[in-house]
Amino acid sequence: MEVINYGRSLNNALADAMTDDSRVVVMGEDIGAAGGPFGVTRGLLEKFGSDRVIDTPISEAAIVGAATGAAMSGLKPVVEIMFMDFSTLAMDAIVNQAAKAHFMFGGQRPVPMVVRTPHGGGLNAGPQHSQCLEAWFAHIPGLKVVCPSSAANAYGLLRAAIDDPNPVIFVEHKGLYAKKAEVENSRSSQIIGKAAVVRVGTDATIVSYGASVNTALEAADLLAEKGIEVEIVDLQSIQPWDRDAVLDSVKKTNRLVIAHEAVEAFGVGAEIAATVADIGFDYLDAPIVRVGAAFMPVPFAASLESGYSPNASDIERAVRRTLD
Amino acid sequence: MTANNSSTETGDLFAMYKEMLRIRLAEERLAALFADGAVPGFIHLSIGQEAIAVGVVSALNADDTVASNHRGHGHALAKGLDLSAFYLELLGKDEGLCRGRGGSMHVADLSKGMLGANGIVGAGMSIAVGSALAHKSLGGGQVAVVFFGDGALAEGLLHESINLAKILGLPVLFVCENNGWSEFSATSEQISFKFESLATGYGLNYMCVEGNDVRKVAAAARKQIADTRAHSVPSVLECKTLRVRGHFEGDAQKYRSMDGTEIEDHDPLLVAARALQADGMSEDDLAEVRRLIDVEIDLAVEDAKKGSTPDFADALADVYAHQAGT
Repeated sequence: MEVINYGRSLNNALADAMTDDSRVVVMGEDIGAAGGPFGVTRGLLEKFGSDRVIDTPISEAAIVGAATGAAMSGLKPVVEIMFMDFSTLAMDAIVNQAAKAHFMFGGQRPVPMVVRTPHGGGLNAGPQHSQCLEAWFAHIPGLKVVCPSSAANAYGLLRAAIDDPNPVIFVEHKGLYAKKAEVENSRSSQIIGKAAVVRVGTDATIVSYGASVNTALEAADLLAEKGIEVEIVDLQSIQPWDRDAVLDSVKKTNRLVIAHEAVEAFGVGAEIAATVADIGFDYLDAPIVRVGAAFMPVPFAASLESGYSPNASDIERAVRRTLD
Repeated sequence: MTANNSSTETGDLFAMYKEMLRIRLAEERLAALFADGAVPGFIHLSIGQEAIAVGVVSALNADDTVASNHRGHGHALAKGLDLSAFYLELLGKDEGLCRGRGGSMHVADLSKGMLGANGIVGAGMSIAVGSALAHKSLGGGQVAVVFFGDGALAEGLLHESINLAKILGLPVLFVCENNGWSEFSATSEQISFKFESLATGYGLNYMCVEGNDVRKVAAAARKQIADTRAHSVPSVLECKTLRVRGHFEGDAQKYRSMDGTEIEDHDPLLVAARALQADGMSEDDLAEVRRLIDVEIDLAVEDAKKGSTPDFADALADVYAHQAGT
């Protein structure tokens, strides 16, 4: 075991994947010489050279389109989109090209590519540098959407995303890059679509993913002080999401809260709530409660952004509602 | 020496004529099937533009790659798509190239380097750039080609793709099939610049040819592709052509005043046939070529009609590639 931060864990995953498979290339804006705006690709250029660590112009549409063409022609590209907000510029490549190429061409070839991109607020980065847009991508058949919550699962999930024969949107949280955790010294990849129970409890289930898992853990501590023991399921993967793990937990606790930083309306939480309300109806002793951001653009001022982002007390209140 | 050269050129021209005629007759048959209601959806025919597909592909190796557009039947057939599998796809059959999931706008055969027709104007550009990146990276010496219409000159992706290819030094040929129409509007009313100025502005090697003369297209393509392959650089070929049919089959073209004689004069098949006849080929020889292609198409269509209906559950299970497929 060693203690490293989330960014380093991702960097290790990239370096190991590139060492293990010469078809893996990384490409994006400022990822080579500059090492990436958040340092995730630091050192890769020196190690693997400019043919495999490709600094690109600021051309999100062409970068992701090119990654798609490269994946169809024998490479396994890992693209970095500097902020998830900028993925809007690459939507045709992601949604109409990469997501559909395997299916639309009758399964002729896989399209093994990863689009890494950071989401999330907390940095006062304002309306165009803070959004959590993962629900959009989870809505598109053909895409997988993965979101690690800590240095501990970042490595294995990124290795799995790179190994996957499908386009994977790999969502990182800007607020987590510097956060350290104990990680296993192994080069093994995780399974996309498997959730992890990160806290065991009996009174209610909180389903979350990414940095919000930490907020849920804080809420769990607050609730534990009052004698309420919640179980926390870290989805790790949003598309596909682990229905069995969620249903198993709800079967035990009979109460469900879904918490994420993304806007609550039409979000990932809505999908999970609808599914559990349908096939898990008999397990439920209370209405399902969602916790997500207010329906507004992410505001800049710290005072406004703190109101926007769901915090531990919001989740605590939501759990209490299920226990009323 | 001169005689040999001339005979080789005639041989090439004859092969290209046959390929163009094959595409023409295949599309005309498709139009008939479409009119009968046997082909679902939209189809966009490349009738009148065959010389570009055939001329450019004649300059490629089998393992070079091609990204196409919504008017992509000619590119696909020129790149070697099996005719039966082509019709099977257009009729929505399980044995089709794309198992009935793509149709006309998505015909593809990756094993032949045909990366797909595309329903999104301009989208093939960045796919070809990426394919060229893979070629360069994997070191196999291939080039990538993208075919797009003059309407796509208005897409921002053109700028991003050309710039990216230039900056990274990628072996990709951008082929603009300039037929004067941006879907239902005259391109002259849509585009404020000359493609030549744009291409040369990026420092790209640009050529423009009479796109309805397959010999000229082939010669220009050979030159551009040789340069692109040898130096791993992008280059541009603009081909002036004519769109004989509407934007899509069934388009009444009320926006367009047709000059049938002009179109006929420049028909790439007539241009090639005249040259072949000047070189001694007889009307009968050409009629025999047509007869043989008709037979091939008859068989392919007959085959396609016997194809099976794709299974919904099969398709649903194949939205994602499975790990073993890597």
